[in-house]
Amino acid sequence: MLKQYETVFIATPVLSETQMKEAVAKYLDLIKDNGGEVVYEQDWGLRKLAYPIQKKTTGFYHLIEFKANPEFIKTLEIQYRRDERIIRFLTFAMDKHAVAYAEKRRANQAEQK
Amino acid sequence: MANQVNNEIRYLNPPTVEVKKKKYCRFKKAGIKYVDYKDAEFLKRFLNEQGKILPRRLTGTSLKFQKKVSQAVKRARHLALLPYVTDLLK
Repeated sequence: MLKQYETVFIATPVLSETQMKEAVAKYLDLIKDNGGEVVYEQDWGLRKLAYPIQKKTTGFYHLIEFKANPEFIKTLEIQYRRDERIIRFLTFAMDKHAVAYAEKRRANQAEQK
Repeated sequence: MANQVNNEIRYLNPPTVEVKKKKYCRFKKAGIKYVDYKDAEFLKRFLNEQGKILPRRLTGTSLKFQKKVSQAVKRARHLALLPYVTDLLK
């Protein structure tokens, strides 16, 4: 059964633009290969961190909302841990209130653009 | 004995009894159902200057939403959207 998840990860600022895109693409393909489906994807770009992580004070934030079956989350997180470009990640199972909120957010995000 | 001393004390102006403002849970009132951990600005209202989570007795939120807020704040801290400890947050 496909549950809805939301994952945010921070990539090191040392990466060039292309490497950053490649890292994101890698995870998107990973989701698609394992029978997942990407619902929404948002790039927050370079942001200042509230506290230095691994001696770096800024990072590329990226948000991916996707539907996947629960076993896939373990493999996703193993990939995150293995990948040195990603300095921090958080995956979050969305309940119905979270899903409703995400849709509303996407709606007004689209408006702003 | 104590109360005799009491009425001898003349107050210059009557001691103002602090009227107790009825605290309400802003989530129930506003009908918010989900606290988003990505929205740092909103979460900052529940933190004091040092970045610590404010207790319920000050913010007046109900238990259910206080847990959601603290969970969201901890996730935001993990993602470095909010600092664990700082001196001048606001």
